[in-house]
Amino acid sequence: MHIVVCAKQIPDPETPPAAFKIDAATNKVVPAQGIAPVLSQFDGIAAEAALRIKEASGDAKVTVISMGGESAQAAIKQVLAMGADEGVLLNDPAFEDGDSHTTAKVLAAAIKDLGDVDAVFCGRQAADWDMGQVGLLIAENLEWPVTIIAKGVGLEGSTLKVERVLGDGFEKTEVALPAVVTVSNEFGEPRYPKLPQIMAAAKKTVTKKTAADLGLDPSEVGKAGARLQLQKLFIPEKGAQVEFIEGETPQEQAANLIAKLKADKAI
Amino acid sequence: MPHNILVVGELEDGAPSSTTLELLGGAQGIAGGGTVSVTLLGTGASGAAAQAAGAAKAYVNDSAEYDTFRGEQWLPAVQAAVEQSGADLVLMAQSTAGRELGPRLAHRVNSAVAMDCVNVVDNGGTIEATRPAYGGNAQATYTFAASPAIATVRAKSFDAAEGAGASETAELPGPGESRVNVTGKEVTESEGLSITEAPIVIGGGRGLGAPEGFEDMKNLAAAIGKDKAAVGASRAAVDLGWFPPSEQIGLTGKVVTPDLYFAIAISGASQHMAGCSGSKMIVAVNRDKDANIFAFSKYGIVGDWKQVVPALIEEFKKG
Repeated sequence: MHIVVCAKQIPDPETPPAAFKIDAATNKVVPAQGIAPVLSQFDGIAAEAALRIKEASGDAKVTVISMGGESAQAAIKQVLAMGADEGVLLNDPAFEDGDSHTTAKVLAAAIKDLGDVDAVFCGRQAADWDMGQVGLLIAENLEWPVTIIAKGVGLEGSTLKVERVLGDGFEKTEVALPAVVTVSNEFGEPRYPKLPQIMAAAKKTVTKKTAADLGLDPSEVGKAGARLQLQKLFIPEKGAQVEFIEGETPQEQAANLIAKLKADKAI
Repeated sequence: MPHNILVVGELEDGAPSSTTLELLGGAQGIAGGGTVSVTLLGTGASGAAAQAAGAAKAYVNDSAEYDTFRGEQWLPAVQAAVEQSGADLVLMAQSTAGRELGPRLAHRVNSAVAMDCVNVVDNGGTIEATRPAYGGNAQATYTFAASPAIATVRAKSFDAAEGAGASETAELPGPGESRVNVTGKEVTESEGLSITEAPIVIGGGRGLGAPEGFEDMKNLAAAIGKDKAAVGASRAAVDLGWFPPSEQIGLTGKVVTPDLYFAIAISGASQHMAGCSGSKMIVAVNRDKDANIFAFSKYGIVGDWKQVVPALIEEFKKG
């Protein structure tokens, strides 16, 4: 059993709104000073789901793959410290500024390149662009079945049993391997690696691959291959200034608030 | 410029869902003389065509197998409708179905999808789709380098279409095999009004400190009126197991657009704001006067919710 976890490094979503800035000329987020990029939370949860299957089955191997710059090594190392066995960094200037479709094409090529992969686990969406496409598109590229937004994943023989989140409840699904699963926050918290595990991760192998290594033409990946074109990235305007409700006691504040709401015909 | 637009519809009790009618309303505004059509799959689809206000043509199949959404079964039918309609724009809901269909359809028709859009417009003949990104801290506007343009659209982004439904129908293929088997479903029954329909929504956050805090939120809802108010939770509170995921308000939960939103002990992380910033008015109670939630609020009370909420309950009970 060989499971691939796809991991993305993103600007920290907990960055305070005041420190969140956009460079209008390049349509890119300006990295906030002193706030390091992080592993997208949902990818950490996908790694947790894969590692629990590895531990339950005893002989599974987990490979973490990330497409990104050199700094994405940190995201790979984090998943290695959690317990993944090997890492692959997909690093090529040609991969930059693509869309979900080109990203999935590169990841699918890397998964094919590994040769013996049985399952791919992704986060339900990257917590920067929040599209939620890449897992589905990897499945389309590999022509594998896919089930998304999982809150529980188990392996029985060569069948994945996936409980997934719907708008009004949950659904139990079964899918034969090979398959792709995307994992949601309802699954639970990922483990937090301890120092010895972080030390051990430093010794694990991370292989680098370029477009040429994967047999991809630079024209079909990154900006050149993208079909969805970002025209403008901007910070939306917020509402009016808040009016803080005065009052000596909570009772007074409550009464004053309700008087305001009544005057506004809000209640 | 005229656009032929296909709306991927969804049925609710044999009728087009409210979101489907919103997408049709949006499509009417963009079409500019082009044809608006709709797909309807599942029990009652043919009959529902006449209720699909704003659509000239409906692509239907009544098979009950379509009632449970399975991506691999829906995709060939929707793709057939895209091809038959000659659509250059496909709209679908940011729903369980749309989240899966959007990317997979885009792959199969060699195009692209913008997910979770809050606006789709024709700008001088070019389709532009705008969507929140970075947890709602930013918005991004996209164009499409391939056709058809595909967008999944957030609920309540458009006004629902009114008037006559589709006068013409065409039959779509029946369902094939699915490699994903659905073996069971568990519906979470929410008490009283749903958070997406209620005119007043109370959101509770991690700052409540314990799951028992949600009992106070329910008491506040009851004091306002069970026919008016519903209770939801931030992702942080849901992840702690304090409230069911089906009642989560935020980017990865439900988007609520009530007339009045009470944010109680919620810091206002962008993840959460993505799910409630469309509320007509936000009122926040938080101990920290610098909490982000106040930047979105019309009124704020700086204080301990444990004292403020009982006082509010008392005031509401006075009427």
